[in-house]
Amino acid sequence: MLTAVFLPLIFALLIPLLSKWKDKIHTGWFVLIVPFTVFVYLVTKTGKDFAPIRETYQWIPSLNINFDFYLDGLGLLFGLLISGIGTLVVLYSIFYLHKSEQLAHFYVYLLMFMTAMFGVVFSDNVYVLYTFWELTSLSSFLLIGFWNHRKGSRYGALKSMLITVFGGLSLLGGLILLHLVTGTTSIQAMIEQKEVIIQSPYFGWILAFVFLGAFTKSAQFPFHIWLPDAMEAPTPVSAYLHSATMVKAGIFLIARFLPIFVLSEWFMIVTSTVGIVTLCIGSYMAVRQTDLKGILAYSTISQLGMIMAMLGYGTSTAIFAAVFHILNHATFKGSLFMVAGIVDHETGTRDIRKLGGLMTLMPITATLALFGTFSMAGVPLPFLNGFYSKEMFFQASLDLSGTSSITEVLAIVIPILAVVGSIFTFVYSMYLFFGTFRGEYKEQELPKKPHEAPIGMLISPIILITGVVVIGLYAQLVNEPLLAHTYEAITGEISNKTISYWHGFIPAFQLSLLVVGVGTVLAMTRKRWSSIYNVLPGSLSLNRVYDWLVDRTEKYSMKITNTYMTGSLKTYAQLLLSAIFIISAAILFLTNGINLEATDLAPITIAELLIVGMMAFAAIATVFTNSRIAAILILGVVGYGLSILFVLYRAPDLALTQLIVETVTVALFLLAFMHLPELRKRTEPLRTRALNATIAISFGALMTIVAISSFASKWFEPISQYFLETSKSLGGGKNVVNVILVDMRGLDTLFEIAVLALAALGIYGMIKLRGNSKEAK
Amino acid sequence: MEIVTSILAGILFTTGIYNLLQKQLLRIIIGTSLISHGAHLFILTMGELKRGNPPILVEGVTNYVDPLPQALILTSIVISFGVTSFLLVLAYRASQTNQTDNMDELRGNEHE
Repeated sequence: MLTAVFLPLIFALLIPLLSKWKDKIHTGWFVLIVPFTVFVYLVTKTGKDFAPIRETYQWIPSLNINFDFYLDGLGLLFGLLISGIGTLVVLYSIFYLHKSEQLAHFYVYLLMFMTAMFGVVFSDNVYVLYTFWELTSLSSFLLIGFWNHRKGSRYGALKSMLITVFGGLSLLGGLILLHLVTGTTSIQAMIEQKEVIIQSPYFGWILAFVFLGAFTKSAQFPFHIWLPDAMEAPTPVSAYLHSATMVKAGIFLIARFLPIFVLSEWFMIVTSTVGIVTLCIGSYMAVRQTDLKGILAYSTISQLGMIMAMLGYGTSTAIFAAVFHILNHATFKGSLFMVAGIVDHETGTRDIRKLGGLMTLMPITATLALFGTFSMAGVPLPFLNGFYSKEMFFQASLDLSGTSSITEVLAIVIPILAVVGSIFTFVYSMYLFFGTFRGEYKEQELPKKPHEAPIGMLISPIILITGVVVIGLYAQLVNEPLLAHTYEAITGEISNKTISYWHGFIPAFQLSLLVVGVGTVLAMTRKRWSSIYNVLPGSLSLNRVYDWLVDRTEKYSMKITNTYMTGSLKTYAQLLLSAIFIISAAILFLTNGINLEATDLAPITIAELLIVGMMAFAAIATVFTNSRIAAILILGVVGYGLSILFVLYRAPDLALTQLIVETVTVALFLLAFMHLPELRKRTEPLRTRALNATIAISFGALMTIVAISSFASKWFEPISQYFLETSKSLGGGKNVVNVILVDMRGLDTLFEIAVLALAALGIYGMIKLRGNSKEAK
Repeated sequence: MEIVTSILAGILFTTGIYNLLQKQLLRIIIGTSLISHGAHLFILTMGELKRGNPPILVEGVTNYVDPLPQALILTSIVISFGVTSFLLVLAYRASQTNQTDNMDELRGNEHE
């Protein structure tokens, strides 16, 4: 299975070589081998006596993250869809995409996507599942934006990326919680511990996170808005990703975790409500569309909603119907997208208002569309697979029963909504077929003269439609070898389901007839009532919400950044100092660090007080003077005062250094001041000055309090006694400060010398190397 | 006495920061000088003042002031001297090149 999963990715590495090597041959022909090989491999696994297969390959064993592949009925069904439809889509794309397109890019992305999907459906390890899950989002993003010179493509790609990655990250949260609760990373092992998960306090979060992941991926309400915009992708991509495979990843996820979630009533309530609402909104909106792919996109949304709702019911009929419909939907929707692509390719437009009367010109395409749309509508004809799953859907909706007040209401509302949604489904299906192939032929509006498509393009939809009919006529062919195992994988029970032509004149069949009856009337009179779309715009307003959110996020983050990134050094200093003050003051206050009762103080003498007073006066004077020479001299007073303090406090080396440094500094200031402009009077408003003063005074006060508090609370003896005792014996010197500087802490001195050297070099560079800046100007 | 020097250190910080928040380059450098003076005084105060003789060993004397803060301050004085002189020359060059020493006028125009 490792080979099956990674074969497309490895083959993708060869694509650029192949497309250059044989540029006469369409690259797609080489690619065709890959999905077909996997398909054949998976077909050999099907059969009555199928048993799950498990394979493990180490990846990060220390974190329990390994390539655990588990092939059960569910994985098999999806694997067959991915590889089978993948083969047909590659074949179709060979005729659809011209050789002048960037084929190498296209097939690399497509193969990447294939690996990702195989990985999602075969993985048993939650983290590996997540990795592949995000890879599907990424490759889908690349494929939607394939024609990246178009604005719509870029918009659609970004939208789908944002929404599905948002869901993907939520899913990761849910998976991490599942891992923490159960202590295992294997999905099958989690299912064995379902009681533990249900009873854990995080179960609500798990459910919510997994729902978000599944609903965004599967375009459920209200996250369905990305799917119609993803129709900017090339049609083979729409057929493959956005009808048959990727959008069913969410369905797969729900089905995979169903044995756990079904124990909770909330699973049923949320999933079936969201599904039914999606079904109704999708089919309602589909009638409004004028673009063929737009209709199909909303139709996909509504069909996915129907499958999701059936999984939510959780009854055995419903789950079997869901499984059956996954297969059916993939067949007829894939073929319908290909038909839309053919119509687009041969007439030059996908606008249904310009199309019409193509039946005689394109008879084969029209036949294919006829089967596809009628199967999608669930018309009760025995050779259409859509009818069977639709009937089972009605049956399951009618069989719902409630135990609590919410579920009782749902049991009444859901069947009604199911019928309403199905009526709209019927209407848009008929509109799609009759609008394109019957009616008036508008030759002058078509950019191209239409004629039947080349046979190569028709092969894939013909095979899919054959599938529709064969499954319709001989459902047992897929039931026993495949669907029964899928059902068993989801529910854990052996399937005893059969698909028969005729159940008798049961309520579900009566509902089917009702849908056809009402649907026909509505479809005939569509033009008369379609003005309700001006009153109830549906998901257009959700698009507006999305645009508004994206726009606002950009605007507000810009606004917030602009408030503090002013480019003014003063503002940054103010913000930094205020932040330091607030944080330090809060910590000092919260930890009761303030201690002003200092004892063991040195005595105060008059001489010291005079010097301190002088320094304080001088320091304050620097603020108020408007003469730069005065400012420099006053600063000198502070420095010399400090050196006298050093003398008084028994620090001869410090006093010496401070005197010299202060002298040199004052000299430097005086040197530089000749070249600096005169200090000007402060013209700043009072408010700014008051703010600066407040910051400065509070910071100074904080420092004083910190100084006194830390002096008052001594925790242990200083280590200086050691320096004093060993200065002579170990350092060989009597001046303890100097021994510390060059012997005990000599590294400090080394690097302080380096600092001086760097400063000197820097100054030299600034003064000497000035030619370049002028040249640059 | 430690309380008095603590207050002096606080005053040095206050005036230093106030100068730092001004617009003119020279004032900003004066501000950084004042702040480093305050920091040196702060370190010295923390090591206790006047508890003995200068830390130069003399036979028979056992009572000395703490030598470690003095060593730290000595290092710090030299470093702040290096930085101050660098800043001064930088200010000189900047005002010469840009014809202004006003920080607001020295703002880049790409601060959107």
